[in-house]
Amino acid sequence: MALLQVDRMTHYFGGLQAVGSYSLRINPGEIHGLIGPNGAGKTTVFNLITGIHTPTEGGVFLEGRRLIGLRPHQIAALGLGRTFQNMLLWRHMTVLEHVKVAHYAQINYGLLSALLGSHRRYADEAFIEKNSLHLLDIFDVAHYADQLVANLPYGAQRRVEMARAMAIRPKILLLDEPTAGMTTEEMIQMIGIVRKIHEQFKVAILLIEHRLKFVMELCRFVQALVFGKVIAEGTPEEIRSNPKVIEAYLGSEDVS
Amino acid sequence: MSGRSFMITHAKSIYGSVPLIGWLVGMLLAVLTESFFGNTLAYALYLPKVPALFGLTIVLKQPSLFPATVFYVLLIYCLPIFAVAGLTATWANRFAAAMEKLPLWFSAIIHIGVLYLVLHLWTDLSDYRLQISKLTMIAVMLTLSINVINGYMGEFSCSHPGFMALGAYASSTFSLALFHQDRLFGTPLLPEFLGPYMFPMGLLLGGAAASLGAMVVAIPSFRTRGDYLAIISLAFMFIVKSVLENLEVVGGARGMGGQPHWATLPAVFIGMTVCIGVINNFVNSTMGKALNAVRDNEAAAEAMTVNTRRTKMTAFMFGAFWAGVAGGFYAHELRYINPSSFGIQMLAEILAMVYFGGLNSVVGSVVGALSIQMLSEALRPLELFKWIIIPLLLILVMIFRPTGLIAFREFNIRKTFGPKVLKKRI
Ligand SMILES: Nc1ncnc2c1ncn2[C@@H]1O[C@H](COP(=O)(O)OP(=O)(O)O)[C@@H](O)[C@H]1O
Ligand SMILES: [Mg+2]
Repeated sequence: MALLQVDRMTHYFGGLQAVGSYSLRINPGEIHGLIGPNGAGKTTVFNLITGIHTPTEGGVFLEGRRLIGLRPHQIAALGLGRTFQNMLLWRHMTVLEHVKVAHYAQINYGLLSALLGSHRRYADEAFIEKNSLHLLDIFDVAHYADQLVANLPYGAQRRVEMARAMAIRPKILLLDEPTAGMTTEEMIQMIGIVRKIHEQFKVAILLIEHRLKFVMELCRFVQALVFGKVIAEGTPEEIRSNPKVIEAYLGSEDVS
Repeated sequence: MSGRSFMITHAKSIYGSVPLIGWLVGMLLAVLTESFFGNTLAYALYLPKVPALFGLTIVLKQPSLFPATVFYVLLIYCLPIFAVAGLTATWANRFAAAMEKLPLWFSAIIHIGVLYLVLHLWTDLSDYRLQISKLTMIAVMLTLSINVINGYMGEFSCSHPGFMALGAYASSTFSLALFHQDRLFGTPLLPEFLGPYMFPMGLLLGGAAASLGAMVVAIPSFRTRGDYLAIISLAFMFIVKSVLENLEVVGGARGMGGQPHWATLPAVFIGMTVCIGVINNFVNSTMGKALNAVRDNEAAAEAMTVNTRRTKMTAFMFGAFWAGVAGGFYAHELRYINPSSFGIQMLAEILAMVYFGGLNSVVGSVVGALSIQMLSEALRPLELFKWIIIPLLLILVMIFRPTGLIAFREFNIRKTFGPKVLKKRI
């Protein structure tokens, strides 16, 4: 059984078909890429999988379980982690608090314990704190733990967001343009980070990227999306030499 | 180094290292001094009576008495407090360090106990002080509870007077129908001597009534935010008010009076202490931090497994609960309520306190409630102008510190009670 399976998913925003008959299968431990020009519908695919929008047609399954109709937080708790194109960090919260709150579904104590305190609460909070610091360490942002996210350099903010996404213990991680706004150097660093979490957490990854270099380095399978439809899929080499992909990218982005 | 700056550095090095318990003991000595010598000193200074609120109330009423009052305050309060705090700093720190090794509840009881003693002695000297103290503590509960919704969760909710009204009416009905002879409900159903012991039940009932009301506001908050929710919550407040005006069982527009005098100083003090403790506990838990996540970005909160609907519902019902309890105390303190007490003016006062003191902060709420309450007592002689000066002040705060005086500050109980070591300046 595939870890994540999407069957002919279609979505309309009003009259606009943002995604048309999109299908996908990812097995545990795989890294897939999704490329395409701006406005192709890549982020919409993520929003449909994670339950922010409900597809007009089609099905989404995680380990065989149907996700459509579940609320986003339920889908996330089943093991679907994600980052956002524009990060969506919580601006009044510290780095440590970001990662702590992402443990929300793993809290075992009830509301009464939260109000009055109990042994279970202190045990839970101690675990959450320890695990959060561990994650911050992995993403090399532990020294920022008590800072507000706004005070961090851009690259560190991206890493905090990834640490936060990993705190929900995902089986599959969706990364929406993790290198947006980064220099080539930072991008190469990010390749290392993605590789590291893939190996360390044995998590499957679906990533949206503009830059083919990033995709070529990490993915064994890539889909190219244009106007909501998959126009080509295969190995990165196949995608790069595909005439339709070259045409779609021509003039707007560089393929190399 | 000049003499002046030497003095300042010196004072900093002494008073920066006084732990909370040192200040509290100083205050205890000050109020003891006042209960023994206050009247004598006031008489000697040609003051008509002991200054009720550190002279705040006479500044505008009888400015000629101001110098004598300042002298009184310096001699009765400042001198003992600073003398004790400074002289006993070393012992107090040793004591605080010893207490740190014991469970937290132990030092909490000691600190809160001394604070209560101070308050008790201080309010013993004048009924005016007693009432202002109780109303201020009720205001602290209100400010803190609205901070849960407007500050920690960031929804602009205007329904707090409505929640308060529900609590006030529910708990008043409880005490009047069950324990007290009155014109609305007639003979009580239970013997009156049981009443004071059952008062906590009445307050809980008030809190529960307010929580139920909060569901009405929370459900629309699943779909709308910002301006729309502000309007819906404002509508809720007016609905509660007009329903109560038309409900003859609880006195209609004439209101409800004769509540038994159960909002005593210890009762209100315990209520406020529990309120601060529980709310502080909640907002510092990971479950409570989810409120902040919902405020700062709801989509991201959902994606990080936070059940945002449950979080909003909890925050509304929890905030409303404490507004209801505060309403219960309010009704039993004033011993008369009518629907128009819970209108737009009450809302303005509560909002002033929370936005002045600071959003997302327990300490800010206490400071906000305290300062607005004191200010409005000081400005009382100006009557209507009070309602020009307070909003003006609020506007200034909003311009220079948009989130309030002490916003986004965590309140660490352990650190507050602990010993103080002055950081060496490098
Ligand atoms: N919430 C929305 N409501 C209406 N239209 C949307 C919404 N989100 C995206 N779209 C539209 O769907 C199309 C695909 O957008 P998006 O998925 O963000 O593209 P990409 O991530 O590939 O750049 C765009 O035309 C965009 O304007
Ligand atoms: Mg996008």
